Amino acid sequence: MRRLTNLCLFLFVIQFTSAFASTTNHAELDALRGPFSTGPDVTRACLACHTEAGHQVQKSVHWTWEKINPTTGKKLGKKFAANNFCGSPISNEPRCTSCHAGYGWSDKNFDFTKQENVDCLACHDTTGTYKKVPTDAGHPLYEPREMPPGSGKIVQPPDLAKIAQSVGKPGRGNCGACHFNGGGGDAVKHGDLDSSLTKPGKALDVHMGVDGLNMVCADCHTANDHQISGSRYATRATDPHGIDLPRDDHDRATCESCHGATPHKEAKLDDHTNRVACQSCHIPEYARGGLATKMLWDWSTAGKRGPDGKPLYIMDEHGHLIYSAEKGDFKYAENVRPEYKWYNGVVHQITFTDKIDDSQILELNRVEGSASDPKARIWPFKVMHGKQPYDKVNKTLLVNHVFGADDTSLWSNFDYVKSLKAGMDYAGLPYSGEFGFIETRMNWFITHMVAPKDKTVPCGECHTRSPEGRLAGLKDFYMPGRDANPWLDRIGWTIVALAILGGLTHGIFRILIARRNRRGP
Amino acid sequence: MSTGRVMIYKRFERFWHWSQAVLIIGMMITGFEIHGTYKLLGFGTAVRLHTLFAWTVLVLWAFTIVWQFTTGEWRQYLPGLRNVDAMIRYYLYGIFHGGKHPFHKTVLQKHNPLQRLAYLAFLALMGPMIWGSGLLYLFYNQWPNFGLDAYLSLEWVAFVHVIGAFTITTFFFVHVYLTTTGPTLFSHIRAMITGYEEEHEQK
Repeated sequence: MRRLTNLCLFLFVIQFTSAFASTTNHAELDALRGPFSTGPDVTRACLACHTEAGHQVQKSVHWTWEKINPTTGKKLGKKFAANNFCGSPISNEPRCTSCHAGYGWSDKNFDFTKQENVDCLACHDTTGTYKKVPTDAGHPLYEPREMPPGSGKIVQPPDLAKIAQSVGKPGRGNCGACHFNGGGGDAVKHGDLDSSLTKPGKALDVHMGVDGLNMVCADCHTANDHQISGSRYATRATDPHGIDLPRDDHDRATCESCHGATPHKEAKLDDHTNRVACQSCHIPEYARGGLATKMLWDWSTAGKRGPDGKPLYIMDEHGHLIYSAEKGDFKYAENVRPEYKWYNGVVHQITFTDKIDDSQILELNRVEGSASDPKARIWPFKVMHGKQPYDKVNKTLLVNHVFGADDTSLWSNFDYVKSLKAGMDYAGLPYSGEFGFIETRMNWFITHMVAPKDKTVPCGECHTRSPEGRLAGLKDFYMPGRDANPWLDRIGWTIVALAILGGLTHGIFRILIARRNRRGP
Repeated sequence: MSTGRVMIYKRFERFWHWSQAVLIIGMMITGFEIHGTYKLLGFGTAVRLHTLFAWTVLVLWAFTIVWQFTTGEWRQYLPGLRNVDAMIRYYLYGIFHGGKHPFHKTVLQKHNPLQRLAYLAFLALMGPMIWGSGLLYLFYNQWPNFGLDAYLSLEWVAFVHVIGAFTITTFFFVHVYLTTTGPTLFSHIRAMITGYEEEHEQK
């Protein structure tokens, strides 16, 4: 029966991983012959046939950058939620919106209703040549340009007509262009998402491995009407729905969607699934693909200049920027063991309008859960350390205007007094003018880079008395191999020792007395 | 001067004894690793073996219980307080001074009075303690199906199981030492292997 289920699942997966032919060859469509001078021109051509696609995308989080947290009801999204990487897209739009699924979000007056501003190609280009310029508010290059400025390298614009004629299903590169580069660079943000997953081996990701199942992001992150399944701030702690069938909700972004709740051959392993997330055992380390992820970002030290009076930049021996006058101090790590926390599906995400407690380290997205909570599972996290500006009087985090060739942006002027005031004014939020830096932590769910089963976390890395044990920090439950009653052990071993010692003594006396008796009294 | 050989331990009994000995030693080694006392095979392997040994002993016991009742051998475990004092006096005094063992093994009475008490304690106290707690431990995830989670905590079940483990470990070492207290150091062990007790007519 189980074998049959596995076979069905395998066939089910295969239908998505094998390239099956579309009934339309986009290269033969008159509407896509081009030439196209801008991205929106291409979109208009797409929408001529795909009449609903624009509306669908405009409802998606890829477009709105807004999401109501389903468990707390709080309005989140990049415009509201605080993080301890770049900060906020507000007042920094042209830079940040290079990852918006649209064109032209250059300031807060962007019109979210214009359908031709939806960017179809970012997700549907199959040539790998479509690239959005990092600083052009989501537009690709339209004219040849020297990039970076002063480098002498002239970059040619992509051939929009050719790209439009070869559109298809999103591949790893499409998703990766933004999701691998979150936080301003490859591997920076998530820890379990970076460009090593573009063509990974099976050892790095057992599902995506090109030498294995060769799955792409969208095989799990299935889409319904352009709404991509997957987490929105609050990852599902567990998926009680279990295996999804084709008639279900077409949402396969949980392990359980394909593997069910009891996927192991061994009953004792299945016994863990009601308390431990799959990821905790099956992702032994993150940043495993040879790229280091950022572990610390300290904004408080930004602005230093070198002896030459120019902004200071320091690289470490691996070529990682460890100090930037624009951004402060950084720390990186590869092959990192996650931290483990109870998590029941509820995340308390701090926004820019929340009052914060500045007497202690601020957890930007506290995850809820405990051993006594039946909904909670033990989840693995990358815990990002940060230090970032906040308002010492109003007790709020601050929107920092970092990007722009103007006289207030941090990266042009290196002056927090100006950049924080400009950011808060632009955002329309109250600001006392008195700022400090608060130490912050942010929890990043580790759920990608799933290792093959022979590389899972060995039982003894949690079930151990060692203070280095993976779960040494989770003390609110009894775990075999880790916990023991010290008094029982002391008394027990004493009795065992006395039994052995008693036998030995008794035996020695027998020998001695027998010897004496043989010699005679 | 042996005058004859009597079969004291029958073939099945010897098979039972030695396979159980191996399994119990295996369970002590793996059990204390699971307990966290040391690292030897790795926690996962230790758990797998411990569980396998446990089921094997249970099957062995099922056969043994049937054997005990069909052969009437169960009577060997009926205790009595008669002559217990003689046994204690022997171990504390007589044994040092060449005193004669106060108990004579026969087919009908193969256990001395102290042994009967000890084995009965094993059956009545240590057995239920280790098996009860062990099975509860093994089926921890099924507790809610039987409403047991309202009354039990894993910590307490583990606590009882570890008490059982220490008791059996103590029993084991005393048992092994007492095998050397026969007419010669190894005569008890030899009897447990061959089944035959040498009939001695000494002194």
